[in-house]
Amino acid sequence: MQVFPCPYCGPRNETEFRYIAAAGKTRPDTTQPVQDQDWARYLYRQRNEKGAVREVWMHLTCGELFVMERDSVTMEVLGSTALRDGVE
Amino acid sequence: MTRYSAFAVFREGLRRQKGWKPAWRSPKPKKAYDVVIIGGGGHGLATAFYLAKNHGIRNVAVLEKGWLGGGNTGRNTTAIRSNYFYPESAALYDFSVKLYEGLSRALNYNVMFSQRGMIVLAHSEHDMEMATRQYNAMRLNGVDAVLMGRDAVRRLVPVLDMSLDARFPIHGGVFQPRAGTGRHDAVAWGYARAADRLGVDLIQNCAVQGFVMEAGRCVGVQTSRGEIGAGIVGAAVAGHSSVLAQMGGYHLPIQSYVLQAFVSEPLKPILDTVVLAPALGTYVSQSDKGGLVIGGGLDRVPAYGQRGNMPMQETVLGGLCEMMPALARVKLLRHWGGIVDVTPDSSPILGRSGVDGIYLNCGWGTGGFKAIPAGGYLFAHLLATGQHHDISRPFDLSRFASGALVDESAASGIAH
Repeated sequence: MQVFPCPYCGPRNETEFRYIAAAGKTRPDTTQPVQDQDWARYLYRQRNEKGAVREVWMHLTCGELFVMERDSVTMEVLGSTALRDGVE
Repeated sequence: MTRYSAFAVFREGLRRQKGWKPAWRSPKPKKAYDVVIIGGGGHGLATAFYLAKNHGIRNVAVLEKGWLGGGNTGRNTTAIRSNYFYPESAALYDFSVKLYEGLSRALNYNVMFSQRGMIVLAHSEHDMEMATRQYNAMRLNGVDAVLMGRDAVRRLVPVLDMSLDARFPIHGGVFQPRAGTGRHDAVAWGYARAADRLGVDLIQNCAVQGFVMEAGRCVGVQTSRGEIGAGIVGAAVAGHSSVLAQMGGYHLPIQSYVLQAFVSEPLKPILDTVVLAPALGTYVSQSDKGGLVIGGGLDRVPAYGQRGNMPMQETVLGGLCEMMPALARVKLLRHWGGIVDVTPDSSPILGRSGVDGIYLNCGWGTGGFKAIPAGGYLFAHLLATGQHHDISRPFDLSRFASGALVDESAASGIAH
């Protein structure tokens, strides 16, 4: 069983967490017309990196979103940062 | 090369087995090939075979970073089926089942395709309505299917817990008689041997490290065994498709996850079909050696490490014990994980990559093994002609921008 760090609750069981998305995706500006290709890029394109990754996760029990940095091969956690502090 | 037959087995028995030859050569890479296929798994090897067989293109290399069939082809649970919902998927996967039906003969290699059928259980009245819908869709798509009630399921799989106070009581299910299991290694080896016989170079321990570009077109690959020129390149690397995409500068809607599988100690015959219980997240069949082959859904953590996590093991094995309590004390022999390439609509990607000269066969996610013959056949058609076969056209990468997804996430039952 792996332990993930929630920036609010501390180290908790991996089953309490859910992967949300890769960090750093920006939704297209819908005040302007958006091309299909741009929507597709936002909705579907994944970086899917092998090695160090930055991802948005949710700690289901406290409901907070945060950024977790991991290694996608070794599963080692490299850091977790609250999203509330305006990091992203 | 020795042709395999009952007579050859008998003859070699008399000769103390001295006459067998290696099933394929281990050639040094040539400077260039008409087609270079990256990935020596089932799809890559099948593609090479059909390029040579159907299209007469024999100046072909398959580059494999490890050993043939050592990725997902050797790690899956060997289920072969075409119980999909949409006509596009049914056409694709049923074509594959049909090719499997004649594959041992076509390859002169026993792939042990055993059409023992597969049942997807229904656990409530609502599940039964969805099962009926699935059954109707399959029949409309020309795929064989039988809708079963409780008694029929009980007769088919006596080992199931049929009690009405089970956590997920069994109301019935949809059975596909032509579904079944195959010997996964034999599929890889059979295609490898048949492709080699037609002149294809199978190059193992040869990792692709980059693409050679010339005026915006891919003209070869950089590998751990030097540069290899290519008329065109076909990428069939499953879980590592995104790694290759980063090298090539194209973009994919793929996320890689671990999918685990398990095999138990050998048992006396207890199960002669494939059983999937969607509510429990577990499916199981019994191999010819007697081991129960057990699978489930994805580990829901994006990952490239070929090993699984504990919570999913608990879900899958707990589900098995709920479904068949008699198996609760059976010991596992081994378990493992493979890296699967999951698309947003759980359908594969066949087509151009967006970079001139590079074509894609990927995104099969958790269901690539059953599709090996069709994936290879259609990818070979694409590489040879530059055009889609009618069956592969709906699976082009362009569907994500056009919105014409083939969304099989719900239809195919289990987290796929």
